[in-house]
Amino acid sequence: MGVAVSIQNVSKTFGTLKALDSISLDILEGEFFGLLGPNGAGKTTLISCLAGLVRPDAGCLKVMGADVQTAYREARRYLGVVPQELVFDPFFSVRETLRIQSGYFGLRRNDAWIDEILENLDLTSKADTNMRRLSGGMKRRVLVAQALVHKPPVIVLDEPTAGVDVELRQGLWQFVRRLNNEGHTIILTTHYLEEAEELCGRVAMLKQGGIVALDSTRNLLDRYSGHTLSLRLVNGENLPADIRERASLSGGFLNFHLTCYDEVEPLLANIREAGCRIADLRMVEADLEDVFVDVMRGRDAEQRMLMR
Amino acid sequence: MSGFRTLLYKEVLRFWKVSFQTVAAPVLTALLYLLIFSHVLENRVEINGLRYTGFLVPGLVMMSVLQNAFANSSSSLIQAKVTGSIIFVLLPPLSYGEFYLAYVTAAVLRGLMVGLGVLAVTGWFASLEFAAPWWILAFALIGGGIMGSLGMIAGIWADKFDQLAAFQNFLIMPLTMLSGVFYSIHSLPVFWQGVSHFNPVFYMIDGFRYGFFGVSDVSPVVSLGITSLSFLVVAGATLVLLRKGYKLRY
Repeated sequence: MGVAVSIQNVSKTFGTLKALDSISLDILEGEFFGLLGPNGAGKTTLISCLAGLVRPDAGCLKVMGADVQTAYREARRYLGVVPQELVFDPFFSVRETLRIQSGYFGLRRNDAWIDEILENLDLTSKADTNMRRLSGGMKRRVLVAQALVHKPPVIVLDEPTAGVDVELRQGLWQFVRRLNNEGHTIILTTHYLEEAEELCGRVAMLKQGGIVALDSTRNLLDRYSGHTLSLRLVNGENLPADIRERASLSGGFLNFHLTCYDEVEPLLANIREAGCRIADLRMVEADLEDVFVDVMRGRDAEQRMLMR
Repeated sequence: MSGFRTLLYKEVLRFWKVSFQTVAAPVLTALLYLLIFSHVLENRVEINGLRYTGFLVPGLVMMSVLQNAFANSSSSLIQAKVTGSIIFVLLPPLSYGEFYLAYVTAAVLRGLMVGLGVLAVTGWFASLEFAAPWWILAFALIGGGIMGSLGMIAGIWADKFDQLAAFQNFLIMPLTMLSGVFYSIHSLPVFWQGVSHFNPVFYMIDGFRYGFFGVSDVSPVVSLGITSLSFLVVAGATLVLLRKGYKLRY
């Protein structure tokens, strides 16, 4: 599988702020890739570099092999970007907006595809409505449609579901998943970590302009946060101190952090041997939010192991 | 070239959709100038053997061409920048040359449209001749191109509407109003005649007026030379800004 997006040693400084600090990253064709990080981590700057909106001070970016600086026309044809800000041109209707956007990419008769996008984003009834008259969620859909008019092999969605209702979010992801299944490479930045966990095969976490974690979502979940066994003892019973100190207490439950399922049985055996009876028990899977918090706090897997 | 054609179409559609404000309003403004100035001066002033209203009409037409060419590209760019919709023309594979040509051509078209409108409503008040129509067209096109380019520079440079208004009110308006639209520079004191020769808009107005009556303050060939040179300088400067991505790509 080829490389869809290649980012090599990219740095960018705004005044005294180092927005990107020598970032290198390859995203493969067909991947659903997540770019996560707190506000100001450099996600949007990185995407802007890819889209040619920001010029890096150093480094090289390529989209489907085309350099975004030297072969910018080709690179931009390969890329569709849904910007974070809810922007629109107030002079035009939805269909006019999409026709104009098609024309910029050299597509003069694009109505069949435009109709299909409108249908998939549930915009058909709004096709002839002026952009000003649309709700925020509808405008967001048009932004997605605009990014797709030229059927780009690489689609970047920068916080596409911010301020969007549940129904649209579901519809949008269904459509984006379909595009991904059809071979489009998807790059997603989002603050909703459950979205990234559900959708992204691989994730990069950015902090202060650098990559602090880069792995498949599954590996990150396993490596950083593992699982939690939560249990409650029969009233009046207490664990011996050596077992008790391995757990944290919340909402009447004792929470034991485990790295793998193999640790469950020995733990339960210890509890049985101590003569304690369990009234309630459940396994809690780690989620990306735990990983995110861990990574952003700078704890690595080894440190976590020591804490257990 | 499809990118250029689409951007040009979009820019023309943009002003055409609000043509009441972008075409009809400046035509009315020019008509008001004509009614007031010709009422006061028609029987008192004669310039180069022309009655005042006849002298004034081509000046008003050209002033409208220039001001509206400037207004079109500058307001389109500042609006797109302030609202963020500029991104829609920065993401596609448009070259900076296409970008320039589309904005300036749209600016010239709006200028010509307003100019024709002004000519249509003010022409009734004067007996116009069209002594050298090619000169009329040449000066309108080059003058519109200069102001369309200046509008792009202003729109790219300004971050806020008031900065653009300052550019318009403190540079474009004085240059156009003090260019000989309303008077012949020969009626000025010698010092101000000299100063007027440093105003490129003076040559645009004077050359344009030559096309109507075959008389002018300076030779139309000189005016055409200076106007063309001004265009090359301003167009070159705009293209350099666009190529560098000044205030557009950071």
